[in-house]
Parts: sequence; structure tokens; C-alpha cells
Amino acid sequence: MGRIVGLTGDETAAEVMRQINPDVLAAYPITPQTETVQRFSEFVADGKVSTEMVRVESEQSAMSACIGAAAAGARAMTATSANGLALMWEIVYIAASCRLPIAMVVVNRALSGPINIHCDHSDSMGARDSGWIQIYSENCQEIYDNLIQAVRIGENREVLLPVMVTFDGFIISHCTERLELLEDKKVRDFVGEYKNSYPLLNVDNPITYGPLDLFDYYFEHKRQQIEAMEKVPQVIQRVGEEFEKLSGRTYSLMEEYKTEDADFILVAAGSTAGTVKTAIEELREEGIKAGLLKIRVFRPFPVAKICQVLKKAKAVAVLDRSASFGAQGGPIFLEVRSALFGEERKLPVINYIYGLGGRDISIEQIKGVYRNLQKIADTGKVKKLVDCIGLRE
Amino acid sequence: MPSLKVLSKKEDLLSSGHRLCPGCGASIIVRQALLASEKPVVVACATGCLEVATTIYPFTAWKTPFIHNAFENAASTLSGVEAAYCSLKKQGKIDKEINFIAFGGDGGTYDIGIQALSGAMERGHNFLYICYDNEAYMNTGIQRSSASPRGAATTTSPVGKAAPEGKQEYRKDLTQIMVAHNSPYVAQASPGYYNDLMKKVEKALSIEGPTFIDVLSPCPRGWRYDASRTIEIAKLAVLTGFWPLYEVENGKYRITYKPKKKRKPFKEWLKSQGRFKHLLKEENKEIVEQLEKRTMEKEKALYALAGEEFL
Ligand SMILES: Cc1ncc(C[n+]2csc(CCOP(=O)(O)OP(=O)(O)O)c2C)c(N)n1
Ligand code: SF4
Ligand SMILES: [Mg+2]
Repeated sequence: MGRIVGLTGDETAAEVMRQINPDVLAAYPITPQTETVQRFSEFVADGKVSTEMVRVESEQSAMSACIGAAAAGARAMTATSANGLALMWEIVYIAASCRLPIAMVVVNRALSGPINIHCDHSDSMGARDSGWIQIYSENCQEIYDNLIQAVRIGENREVLLPVMVTFDGFIISHCTERLELLEDKKVRDFVGEYKNSYPLLNVDNPITYGPLDLFDYYFEHKRQQIEAMEKVPQVIQRVGEEFEKLSGRTYSLMEEYKTEDADFILVAAGSTAGTVKTAIEELREEGIKAGLLKIRVFRPFPVAKICQVLKKAKAVAVLDRSASFGAQGGPIFLEVRSALFGEERKLPVINYIYGLGGRDISIEQIKGVYRNLQKIADTGKVKKLVDCIGLRE
Repeated sequence: MPSLKVLSKKEDLLSSGHRLCPGCGASIIVRQALLASEKPVVVACATGCLEVATTIYPFTAWKTPFIHNAFENAASTLSGVEAAYCSLKKQGKIDKEINFIAFGGDGGTYDIGIQALSGAMERGHNFLYICYDNEAYMNTGIQRSSASPRGAATTTSPVGKAAPEGKQEYRKDLTQIMVAHNSPYVAQASPGYYNDLMKKVEKALSIEGPTFIDVLSPCPRGWRYDASRTIEIAKLAVLTGFWPLYEVENGKYRITYKPKKKRKPFKEWLKSQGRFKHLLKEENKEIVEQLEKRTMEKEKALYALAGEEFL
């Protein structure tokens, strides 16, 4: 049994980073990530970690330094939000293409403009095609557990990809929750040591990182990245099983909540999943068979698993905390709907965009979504494929 | 510094067969710089001619560890490498002594990379940043940079009826900006004076902390001169006062090469390259006078900082 503590999301991220004790951490302040890096700075100042902290002058440099450090042979981490992630953009892709398993905390915040500091998923969703593994966390316990596992997943020899672990800005980052911590030694043993097979610092075996790669090989290298992603689900599964032995907590690609017999299933990521669970409890008392499929791993998108769960439902609604301008719906909706296209039975799937810029979503509003699904199942008609929740008309 | 005889036996860490243009100043600078390091070197390089011409996959000309990340971030990438080195050393996981050198073009250093460079200098990483300064964005086709001198014709500051002088603005003085960062060692060098250049690299590498050397890098393609004249032009820049060789060690200025008797008229500098051809026209006489005056004033000011008499 671990130690029970009360920590905010940001404090949790800092605490688990202390336990992981990365060789290098390079970061730049941005709300709502700031407390993570501030608290980690205290660990550095107090000599509680052996990490070299690089207090860079921008997020662009944070990611650049992480790449340099990981290529050198160090375990490297960073943390950011919204505009910070946007400023790193170019380098985020390069990290993945260099196959450097950097771990990055993304405290989800709405992208500018207009400038806003509160939660939505536009930042990490925008990076969904960058080649990073993306793991979304619902609460503090998941931040803790996901970050520990992220290190192992990214550094797996068959994977070698960077991993983003996200959680909702303010809603989770600044909210104190109860969670269970493992002993330092257990965490350190679990993550082990980072072993780069071709470290830049091995001067006896000089390696060139980041060459010019034109039409004769670029494509093959991209293909390798695609294949590495294909191996990720199995690795996540295996690491999850190993972590369960350590912690007693179960993790897989996604979480199912009362989907077994559900007629109506909501798909959601992040802290809203918790609100959905409460709505489900209340609806079930009314006799409505409601369920939730919580997206944990968005990249790679677990198509087969998701179809398996959703295909038995009468109707499905996807909640997206970000918009994909000009597309048919939000990013999660597009993936879910496309995944279900291969199913024999045509299943109604609708989309709700919600919570942009930190707008709250209530249990009542979520219940309304289930009721709408009920109507769709009864009438066989979808009135609106994509709609917004909680929008001032 | 070891004798030429000894140096000639040392392995070149940038091998031939790379695809830089014949007569390119960049490869000469890199080879001189790497020869000056006694310890093994880890190199970071910004996007630009040097990088694209030496690492065309599946080949590499680098016989020493090399990392290219992007255009603007050689300094922050090497910051990460150096931080990793410190961390692993602290943990007893590595014991080798290593020198760290970043190479960036003027575009990757003066312009898009200045923030990353400034940050790294302020943080005090233990590495040497060398700017191979060919005074324009050569890799993308000779566009002007803030290092392009006033009067140079580039593809984005072409000569035209409304712009008879080409680039209208004076160049940025990055060496001075680096001095203002309190770096323990900042210098200007030219591959025309290999001895001077290598001594500066040797010194910079021996000093703890972030050091910077701006090396003028003649480019036959962009400066419009015959490839056989690179070293001659690299010398002419110094002899005409356009590119004074000096160093600033812990704030103390020293002129490392004084042309004195060999000093050449500034106009010879302009005459030596096609990028300045238009300046020699009668209508640009006044501009040339201004350029000449400013060059001399800058050099004089430098001599004054070094406490030297300007001859
Ligand atoms: C972010 C970004 N902007 C623009 C470019 C295009 N680009 C590549 S190299 C280069 C010019 C390089 O100039 P410089 O640093 O002076 O090096 P040189 O090629 O002259 O050696 C430019 C503009 C890029 N690669 N990345
Ligand atoms: S264009 Fe100039 S800088 Fe680029 S390779 Fe050719 S000579 Fe060198
Ligand atoms: Mg240039």
C-alpha cells in the first residue's frame, strides 16, 4: 500500500517527476503548467533529484534542449500548455522523427486567440499528427500513474517515441485530490534507466543525428514511424499489466464505465469523464442504460477496441473539448465515426463540442446528451450531427 | 598550438566528399576549428549550407558526433546536450572529457537563432558557438540577413531603380551583442588567418562557460567571386578594415592582428566581389564614401577599446 496524499494536478506531476528523477528537465513557465515546474525547481534546489534543469528562454528552446539531451543519452522531460506547445510546434515533430522518447506534460489550455488561460483540448489535439503518443488523464491519480507508465512506453525498444501526458488545466491542475503514491524506489525500479543505443556522447562511435533526408529515404523513415505507432497499443497493454502488479490499478488503452449493457454511450477524454460517470449513476437510477467510453490513449487511436465497445450501443455521442475548424466535427468525433464506418450495422454517432476556453459542463447538460441519444434511438432520426453544449445563443 | 606539421597529421573530422561548393569558406572554418580541439568534440549545427551539404542521408561527412535539429535552435539543442553531459557526469555515468561546439550560419545566428543563442549565453552552458558568417541566407538562395552589409546585392535586396545600393541597412554587430552577454570569451576571426582562428578556438575551448566566435565565411556563390580566391578574400576583409580580428576576454579587448603596413584601401574590398559591383558606379559614390567612413570609425572605436593606437 502506497502513501495517501492530497495534491493538485500540477503538484502531482512535479512529485512523480521527482520520483522518476529525469537526467534533464528543460521548461518554460506558462499558466496553468507553472506550478509543476516551480515545485520541481524546489526539488532541484533542495538536492532531491540529480536532474540538470535547463531554465530555457522559450518553449521552442525547451523542446530543442530535450532533443539534444535525449540524443546525448539522457532521460529528458518537459511540461507546457497551449501557446507554449504551439511555440514548440516545429520541434515537437522533430522529436518524434528523431525517435527520442521524451516525456512531456501538457496541461491542457485553450489556444490563442483570443488569449485565454482555461482548459480545452485545442493545444494537444492540434499536435495529434506530430508523431507523439498521447495519453489523457482524468484526475490526479491518473496523472501520476500515466506519467510513470509513459516513460516505459516511450522508451520501449520497439516504440522509441515521445509521449505526451495531458490533464485539464485548472480543473485538475489546480484542484487538490486524494491520490496514492508509490515508494520512490518502486517507481525508480519500474522506470529503470534510459538506454539510448546511439548516444551522441559516445565519441568512440560518432553518430549523425538529424541529417538531410530527401525523396530517396524520407518516406521509408516516415513508414518506420507509422510502424512504431502500430506497436504502441500492445506495449501500453503490457506496461499497464505490469503497473497493475505494482499498484493494484488497472490501465489499458481506454476505460469503459458501465458499457457492458449500455444502450447509450458517451465518448469523452479528460476530467469531463468524471462528470459523465456521475450523470450515468443518476440516469441508471431512472432506468436509462447509460455508459461511458473514456479515451485514455488518443494516439495511437485504438480503433479495434473502440469498435468492440461501441458497436453494441443503440446510439453514441462523442464529446469534444476542441473544434477542428472546417471539418465535420471535433477531432475525437472524426476518429470515432471513421472507426465505426467498417461496422456492418450503421450506428448513429453524434458530436458535441463543449467547454471551449474553460466553460463548465454540468451533469444536467450531460444528461441532456443521453436523453437526445434516447430520442435518436426511438425515432431513428439524427436532427443535428454536430452541436455545441452550453453555448450562449 | 601544435605546428602545421603536427596538425597535418591529425585526422580531419569533416571528411572530404561533402557537397559544399568548391571554395566554400564554411568547410575551411569547420576543419580549422575542429583541428584546434584536443579533446573529442560533439557538434551541433543549424540548418543552412553547412548542414545540408554535409549530411545528405545516407551519407555523413562528420567523423565526430553531430546533431542537427532545426534552423533556429543550434544553441538550445547544444544546451540540452551539454546539460545531459553534466547530469550524466554528476551521476558517474560518463567520465570522458568532451568539447561542445555549435556551428550556425549568420541567418541561424544573427536572426532566427538569436533568441536561443542569447538564452544559452545567459545560462552559461559550457560550449563554444561559432557563427560561420557568409552574410546572407545562402542555402535558400542568397537572401539578405541582418549580417548582410549595407550595399550588398542579395536576392531580397536587389539593386533597382528605387534601390541603387542594394541592401540599405548597416549590418548588425553580433560580436558586440555577445560581449554584452558577459561571455568570458568573444572573438572575431577569419579563415584567411588560420593561426589566429585556431588559437581563438583553442582559447575559447579552454575557458569554462559560453564562448562565441564570429568567423567571416567567404561564399563564392553569394559574394560573386571565383572559387579560387576564398582565402585571398578572407584576408582582404581584414586588411581593408572590414573585418577586424579581435578578441574580448573577460571584457578586455585585444586586437589580434594589426594590418599596419599591409592595410589596403576599403574600395578594394568592394571591388573584389560581384555583390558590390553596382557600388562602383558614379551615382553610388556618396554611399561608398559613407561605407568607407563608417568602416574606419568602427575600427578606430575598436582600437580605442583595446587601448591601441590606430594606424
Ligand atoms: C523555421 C525555418 N525558416 C526558414 C527555413 C529555411 N531556411 C533554411 S536554411 C536558410 C538560410 C540559412 O542561412 P544561414 O543561417 O545564413 O546559413 P547559410 O545557408 O548561409 O550557410 C533558410 C532561410 C527553415 N529551414 N526553417
Ligand atoms: S552557397 Fe556559399 S556558403 Fe553555400 S555551400 Fe556554396 S559557397 Fe558555401
Ligand atoms: Mg549565411
